[in-house]
Order: sequence, then structure tokens, then C-alpha cells
Amino acid sequence: MLTYISRRALYSIPVILIATFLSFWAVRSTFDPTAKVRVSRTGARAAEQIRVRLHLHDSIFEQYGYWLGDAVQGDLGDSERTHEAVGTMMTRAFGNTLQLIGWGVLISALIAVALGVYSATHQYSKLDYTFTGLSFVGLAMPAFWFGLIAIQWLAVWPKETFNLNDPIFYSVGLHSGDQSGMFNLDYVRHLVLPVLTLTVLTIAEWSRFQRASMLDVMSADYIRTARAKGVPRRSVVIRHGLRNALIPLVTVVALDVGALFGGAIITESIFSIDGMGRLFIDSINAGDVQVLTAWVVVTAVFIVAFNLLADVLYGVLDPRIRLS
Amino acid sequence: MTATAIEEPTLAGNAEPVALTQWQLFRRRFFKHKVAVVSVVILILFTIACFAAPLIAPFSNTDQDLLLGAVKPNATHWFGTDTLGRDQLTRLLYAGQISLKIGFAVALIATVFGTAVGAIAGYFGRSVEQALMRFTDLFLVVPALAILAIALKHFGRTDTVVILVLATLFWMYVARVVRGQVLSLKEKEFIEAARASGASRTRIIVRHVIPNIIGPIMVNATLAVAAAIITESTLSFLGLGIQPPDTSWGNMLSDAEGFTGTGQSYLLYAPGLAILLTVLCVNFIGDGLRDAFDPQSEKH
Amino acid sequence: MDNPTATDLPTVAVTGEPTRAPMIGPLLSVRNLSVSFSTDDGIVRAVDSASFDVMANETVGIVGESGSGKTVTSMAILGLLPKTAKITGEITFRGESLIDASERQLEQIRGKQIAMIFQDALAALNPVYSVGKQIAEAIRVHNPDVGKPAMRERCIELLDLVGIPNPTERVDQFPHEYSGGMRQRAMIAMSIANEPELLIADEPTTALDVTIQAQVLEVLERIQDRTNSAIMLITHDLGVVAGVADRVVVMYAGRQVEVGSVDQIFYEPRHAYTEGLLASLPRLDRRADKHSRLHRIVGQPPSLIFLPTGCAFHPRCPHAEVPGRCDSERPELVDVGPAHQSSCFFADRVAAAVKVDQS
Repeated sequence: MLTYISRRALYSIPVILIATFLSFWAVRSTFDPTAKVRVSRTGARAAEQIRVRLHLHDSIFEQYGYWLGDAVQGDLGDSERTHEAVGTMMTRAFGNTLQLIGWGVLISALIAVALGVYSATHQYSKLDYTFTGLSFVGLAMPAFWFGLIAIQWLAVWPKETFNLNDPIFYSVGLHSGDQSGMFNLDYVRHLVLPVLTLTVLTIAEWSRFQRASMLDVMSADYIRTARAKGVPRRSVVIRHGLRNALIPLVTVVALDVGALFGGAIITESIFSIDGMGRLFIDSINAGDVQVLTAWVVVTAVFIVAFNLLADVLYGVLDPRIRLS
Repeated sequence: MTATAIEEPTLAGNAEPVALTQWQLFRRRFFKHKVAVVSVVILILFTIACFAAPLIAPFSNTDQDLLLGAVKPNATHWFGTDTLGRDQLTRLLYAGQISLKIGFAVALIATVFGTAVGAIAGYFGRSVEQALMRFTDLFLVVPALAILAIALKHFGRTDTVVILVLATLFWMYVARVVRGQVLSLKEKEFIEAARASGASRTRIIVRHVIPNIIGPIMVNATLAVAAAIITESTLSFLGLGIQPPDTSWGNMLSDAEGFTGTGQSYLLYAPGLAILLTVLCVNFIGDGLRDAFDPQSEKH
Repeated sequence: MDNPTATDLPTVAVTGEPTRAPMIGPLLSVRNLSVSFSTDDGIVRAVDSASFDVMANETVGIVGESGSGKTVTSMAILGLLPKTAKITGEITFRGESLIDASERQLEQIRGKQIAMIFQDALAALNPVYSVGKQIAEAIRVHNPDVGKPAMRERCIELLDLVGIPNPTERVDQFPHEYSGGMRQRAMIAMSIANEPELLIADEPTTALDVTIQAQVLEVLERIQDRTNSAIMLITHDLGVVAGVADRVVVMYAGRQVEVGSVDQIFYEPRHAYTEGLLASLPRLDRRADKHSRLHRIVGQPPSLIFLPTGCAFHPRCPHAEVPGRCDSERPELVDVGPAHQSSCFFADRVAAAVKVDQS
């Protein structure tokens, strides 16, 4: 098992290096870090300072090398937009996004497994058709539109209709002004709509996947064997069916973490949450090179780490992988 | 004898055996999928309506009526007007031109290119294949939305660029599927036979391989249409896609976002439902195609 | 204790068991069993009025090509057919109906009184649990009180019993770490864990090579000697049945075509299909000259949706009179000897043909 994990970890190092280099290159070739200062009075000199500081006279490979050298020591540079250290901005933003993605993954996975298992064990039942229909709608719906509709009907409409002081579910930020912490009602009321928006697609996708995977497993020979042993149906479904059907889901979940980062861009923009997504939009609009560079690299590392975790979980769940 | 005729099922026994071509079988199965058939009809009508907008739209695309301002849906303005007094139905039809054009163009380019690369990778084996797969892996490591946003910023946010950039992202998925199909097909007898009879590789790919994997290719093409429409609308909604004065459904929703929870929230519904309906139809068609090409999948 | 074998086997599984009542009449009795499935293309008649008995401690071979209804019959006995299956007829086990039994009752019978050995043990064993765990599960379902150490002990003993070398280590291994023959043995160990009265073995040797086949069959026989189980041996291979079975049921296209003792089936077949099956067996006692090439039954097994009229075998039958009785009238199973039945209009012609061949 240990060799298996370390082999996977080693393999992901070049993937990270190449992916981050390409991202770095894409950002540097798209945005000109000197664009802002050049128009000012002292433009030429300031621009030259920046060029020297970011090693823009060197090749892209060397630029990347310098950047990486600083980055591993924790220095991601300063934002041209806010003049804050990029590292500080990222840490703050990452924390908020991580909350969204964490809850999103947890809730999507639980709901998807429950729906998938129900649908597969009650194939062609009314509820199965209902879930399938809903998942089709979920897959066809732009997430941002769902978010807007959710604000309209779950936040604004009840507040106006019942003359409430506050909406039941908030649509701005993760906390009210005077609140903080993760274990209070205020947090939950802020979290519901963004998490719903973030997960509508993943729930639809994963539950369909889980249904197919579960149906596949339930027609396997070893399910018949378990029943022939006299194992009660519920036990067959969970111990033999679900246990095996979870293995492919783990991979799908891990691969979709990247998509969830994309989803966070949308969700955070709609719900004004100070996370990675908003940071990305603000930075791309302002042409904030240092932040953008750090952004793509940090998300890439995070996604690769998640893929690695998926590989590890895969090994834990499937002895055929673990022992080969 | 063409390769497509090989796997025709024959009915044994008393019933008069009816020889059906693959194509007839496919058509019969597709028409059994009622939802898919209805979806085809809706999608065609919808597409015609959008592209015939200059003829059927109630107002001109450039009409504004600042004095009128925003009015709720009524007999004259079925979907209402926005604060500039623009008729939303008219805008919807014109925006549909861009959204649909992007959806179909992306799918077409991605499918043709992806099929070519996938077939080559699958047929010629290891090194091409490895390169392709590693390249695809890289794209899975950075969020697609971020790559797209940066690329659009780089190349400019016109519809042509949006199409090309989205196609660049989507062709790999097609290529992966095609490659897998080709790999399993390569070992089949009739391919061996064609090879043994001296057919060139290009000929084998074009005449024997592609016709046999047209099913998965078409199913994937529908997926690409759906994904392209949604992704474009998302980018445009975020202000990172199509730039005004060009307008897609995503731009309309971007304009409407500020009215969420206000008296003008009706502006949200038409463009959102247009996307939903289009993508739903496309997905149902994909589902119908899948069932028609692969009857086994019905069981799932 | 009138069950002497209980002392031979490790005793965990039988503690607190009521002693088996002496049996009068058949252990398992199948009467007019028909199973059909409706599909998009039409109704598939997988089993068509099958009737046979299995006596206690007896081995019955059920022989036929794939699609002849053997496996569906065994699934029907265990109540494991999908809900879409339409089942008519009677199946009684120790005099009690299995068709009418509730799912709960069936769960108590499955694995305990009637156990099943499946073909393709790699697919039939759950890949994510160790072999020991899977055997233990079979025991625990019916004896929830067995403690962990006793359970492990018992699993090791069972593996040892079926001839798995080094069972103390092997018990913790996963199915994919076993060889094909060992997996099949593990399957057998699992099925006999509760000393069932009836063992249904569905193609237990099909995926294995010939020497391993023989070993697995030998294990089955040894187990039977110890536990006095009855065995229903389902196979497409008459050769497998030859050395093991007491009686043989030959099935074709969902119907029984011939029933008899092993000797009757092998030396006095009275159905053209049995004759064909026999002729396709490689035999040492036949001279290898150019006239005695391996025989093959011509044609394909029929579609179960569009069965040929009359006798389902007539399109492939060398004795058939077509047009005539064979393609117009469905032959019934009739006595052709003591405890020997055939559903062939021309059983005598088959007999004559076999005589010529044997002389």
C-alpha cells in the first residue's frame, strides 16, 4: 500500500510541474504586468523596475524558475491591485472556498449515493423516474441561473411575502456582519443557497453515475452468490452492492473537484463570497498577474492532491489495486 | 459488403426473417424513444425561430424605448422589456442565434477534430496515444473555466474565438472516447480481413472504423453541444465571454442578474428557460441516440 | 444423532441444530415448472414444464447446451429469479413449497439447506472481501452467535477440507490472489459451510482446465460422502456427469428430453439429442479410424422466443420425419424403460442407431 501511494505521489510531481508551467506561461503571455504603470508619468522607469523584479528579460522558463523558487519559500509576490501580499490574500480566499467545496462534496456525495442506491434498487419505480427526470433538469440548468432563481424564491420571496426582518436563507457572504465561526445557525443560513447552487450539477451527475454503477454491480455474479448464501436483501445491497459501487464514485468525485473550483467562481460571484472564485474574477478583470499566476498554480496543486487522495482511497477500497 | 452489415441480428424460427439494415434498426429504435423525437422537433422549431428572427421577431433587434422602460410581460411584449425598453422576446431570439451557433459549431469542430485524433491515436498505438492522454490529463488539473477565461482574454472575446477556444477544450473528450472504441474495434475480424486484403490504413479508418463508431461519436457530439451552450452562457454571465453589443443568453442573464429580487425579476426567466430547454432537448436526443445505437444500454 | 457425518466436520455450524428428520419421498421435487420472461422481442420460454426429483444423498446431473434452461431451473429453486420472471408449476423441498415461500423463509433456506456453487468463481466471489470473510458471512447469516476465533477456525477447516494448501494464510487472501481451481474450491467451501442437504452446482468446472476439473469433481464427491448432501450437478458436459451422477436429466430448449440413470443415458439413450451429445464426446473405446471422427450436432440451438413447432429438436435431428409428426406434434415425456423416460417419437430408431454404433 505504501509503495502504491508513493508511486502515485511521484507520478503527480511532473504533472504539477508541467501543468503549473503551462498555466504560468498562459498568464504571463496574456497579461502584461507593466500595463498599469506604463501609462503613468514615471511609467518607463516603473515598468523597467517591474521587468527586473519579475525577471521579464529572461526566458519564460527562467521566469518560472524564479517564481517557483520564491513560491516554495512562501513568497508569492504582491498584488498590483490591492498591494497586499498574494499569499495572505490566497489564504483568506482559500479558506472560504474550501468551506463551500467541502460542504458541497459532502452533501452531493451523500445525496447522490442515497438517490443512486434507491433508484437502482427500485428501478423503473415512480420515484426512480422522478429522480431521473430531476437529474436531467439539473444537468441542463446553468448553475448560475439556478442560483439567481434560488435567491429570488428562497431568499427574497419568503421575506417579502411574510414580512420577515431577515430572509430565511441569506444571499450575501458566509456570515452576518457581527457573526463568525462555523457552528451556528447564521452560518447555516448563509451556506444553504451557495452550496445548493454549487451542488445542483454534481448531485445530478453523481446520482446518475451512482445509479448506473449500482445497477451494474447489482447484476454482478457475486450479488447472486450473496443472495444464494441467504444474506438478507438489505445487507446484500449495502455490504455487497454499495461497497463495490462506491469504488468508481470515488474517482468521479475526485476528478470533479476541479469542476467544483469552476463552480466556486460562479457561486462566489453570485453570493458575494470572498473566495478563490471572486479573487479570480477580480484579478482577471484587473489584469493582476501575480494573483492570477498564484491562483492557477495553487488550484492545480490542490486538484492534483485531490486526485492523489482519490487514488489512495481507490486502493483502500479495492484490494485488487492495493495488492497489485 | 460493408462493415456495417456485419452485426445484423437475424430472427430465427417461424417469423418471416426481415432483413433490416443497421440504419433501419437504428431509426426504428430511435423513434421508439418518444421524448427524444419530441426533443428533435422542439429543437428544430427553436433553431428555426431564432435564425428567422429578422422575419418573425415582433420588434427590431436595435429597438429601444427609454420612455417605456421596463414593463412586465404583456400582450405586446410577451416576455416584457428591460430598463432600456428592449423587447425581451426579440432579444431572446437574436441571442439564441449566438448561443445555438456556438453550441453547434463547437460540437462540430470538436467532434471532427477529436474523432480524427482519437482514431489516429487508437489505430497507430502507443506513442501517439500516450502523448494524447498525458495532454488531456494536464487539462484536468486546472479548472476548465479558468483556462477558458484566460484564453478568451488572450485572444479576444468574439464569437469566433469563443467557438475555437471551447472546441479546443472539448475535442479531447471526443478523442478519448473514439480512441477507446477504436482500440477495441481494431482486434475485430473484419478489420483484420480488410487489412489482410491490402487496404490502406487511411481507407480502413475511414471506411471501416469510423462507420462502426458513429454511435458513440454522435452521442458525444450532443454532450459537446450541451456543454458548449452552458459553458458559453456561464462565461458570458461572468462577463468573461461574448462582449456586447453581441448578446447571447448568458449576456441577457448577466444583464438580468441585478434585478434578482426586484420588481423586474421576470427578466431572469426567459433566457434561463431558453438555455434549460435547449440543453434538455439536446441531452434527450443524446439519450435517444445512445439507446438506438446500443440497445444494451436501455437496461440501465 | 442419526447424522454420523456431523462428527467428521467441525461442529460449529451444527450446534443447536435439530437433527435432520429421516426423509420419505424426494428431497426436492419439481413438477411442471415453467419459467418465462417477456422481452421487447417476445416471450422467452426459458423452462417449459420441467418435472424431476432429487432424492436425499443422490447426485442428479442436469445436462444441456447453454440456453437449455438448466441455470434458470436452479435459480427458480432458490427463488433468485428476477421479478420479471413468470413462474408456474410446483417446487417442493422436504415437502414444502418453495414457490409459495416468503422471501424471509427463502433466506433461511438459502445457504443453509440448499446451497449453490456457481460457475466462474472469480465473478461469483466478491472482489473486495477476503475469502475467509465471505465464508464467514455464509455461516454468520445462519448462526449469528459464532464468535470470531471460532469462526476463523471454522473457515480454515473448511478451506482445508476442500484441499486448499496453507489455509491459515489463504483465509485472509482475496479472490484475485487465488488460482482458478482454488477459487472454485473456495466456492465449494463456502457452499458447504452450513452442511446443506442439497448442493446445486452450476457448471462448477467449466472455466477450469481438465486436470483441475477432475480435482474439483473429486472434492465434490468427497464432500458428499461426508455430509450426505444431495447434489444437483448442472453442466453442458456429459463427460463431467459420467463419473459423478446417479441419474441424469437431459434438457433441450427449456424442455426435458430424456431422464434416466447414468448407465441408461450413456448406453441406452432413447432421444436423438442425447445420442448427438454422446457422439460428440471424445471416447477412448472407439477406434480412431477415419470413420469415427468426432461427431457434431448440426445447426444452432433454437431461439427461445421462436421455438420450432413440434419437437424443438427436429430441425437438427437425423431421425426426424419432416414433414410429419416431428414438426407438428409436441412429444411428451414417456416411459421407455424402468425409470427411464424420453420425449422422442422415434426412441426405437435412436436405440437401433446406438446399437449399430456400439457394435
